[in-house]
Amino acid sequence: MTFVWAFVIGGLMCALAQWVLDNFTLTPAHVLVLFIVLGALASGFGVYQKLVQFSGAGATVPLPGFGYTLVEGIDQAVKQKGVLGIFSGGFTAAASGIKAALIFGLAAALIFRPKA
Amino acid sequence: MGIDVRNKANPDRIRRFQDYANRIRPKKTVGINLAWAFLVGGAISLFGQGVMWAFEHEGFSSQTAATPTSIILVGMGALLTGLGWYDRIVKRGGMGGSLPITGFANAIVAPAMEYRSEGLVLGIGAKLFTVAGPVLVYGMAMAFVVGVARYLLGIS
Repeated sequence: MTFVWAFVIGGLMCALAQWVLDNFTLTPAHVLVLFIVLGALASGFGVYQKLVQFSGAGATVPLPGFGYTLVEGIDQAVKQKGVLGIFSGGFTAAASGIKAALIFGLAAALIFRPKA
Repeated sequence: MGIDVRNKANPDRIRRFQDYANRIRPKKTVGINLAWAFLVGGAISLFGQGVMWAFEHEGFSSQTAATPTSIILVGMGALLTGLGWYDRIVKRGGMGGSLPITGFANAIVAPAMEYRSEGLVLGIGAKLFTVAGPVLVYGMAMAFVVGVARYLLGIS
């Protein structure tokens, strides 16, 4: 059942992003920034956690899920080390994703040539 | 909403230009765009769920499986962008291709490839974060605000 919801929720979030892109004078970069901020905000209110629970990758694969990862990471770090966790938690939780993007991105940019 | 041409010298010419511009401007195909974004974004999320399911099968918990899943998807996004295939996914799926984490990888690789001729440092090195930079800055800033609020309210 999670598979169905992953498709539906992931698809709906992308359709919403597309709607924002088509109806406001924003570039895709603006929409991406908007959605990660919304994801972090929704996680702050505890809403996004519910979405993750029943739709799995449908909520974690789109970019708002990245905002969710940051907020969750801060939460856990605060539990472990107190107020300093607010500073260390976000990057710790997102570290593997960012590092993977950096390494794979650098490798791809070095190996491949853009198609004319 | 016509195109703003600030030329007070010849209002008639401006009006005719705006009529022309409005006539040839591509009509918005919002419904079709939405459907494609839904399908492509849904398909990528579904694929991600499949990868996550495989990791859970290998002994990861439902929470820890999200991390290796992200790494796999980011790697695939970078590879497909390098091969020039991801551009087609974005062309058809719009935000359905850009919003998933594979699109995040695409946004990192595409400008870096394009500006490669400007060198390893100011070309590839700097352009890797053309889009990812702002996303991380504002994502982190919002997460920080949320973290402070939750700490002060005693939620976390």
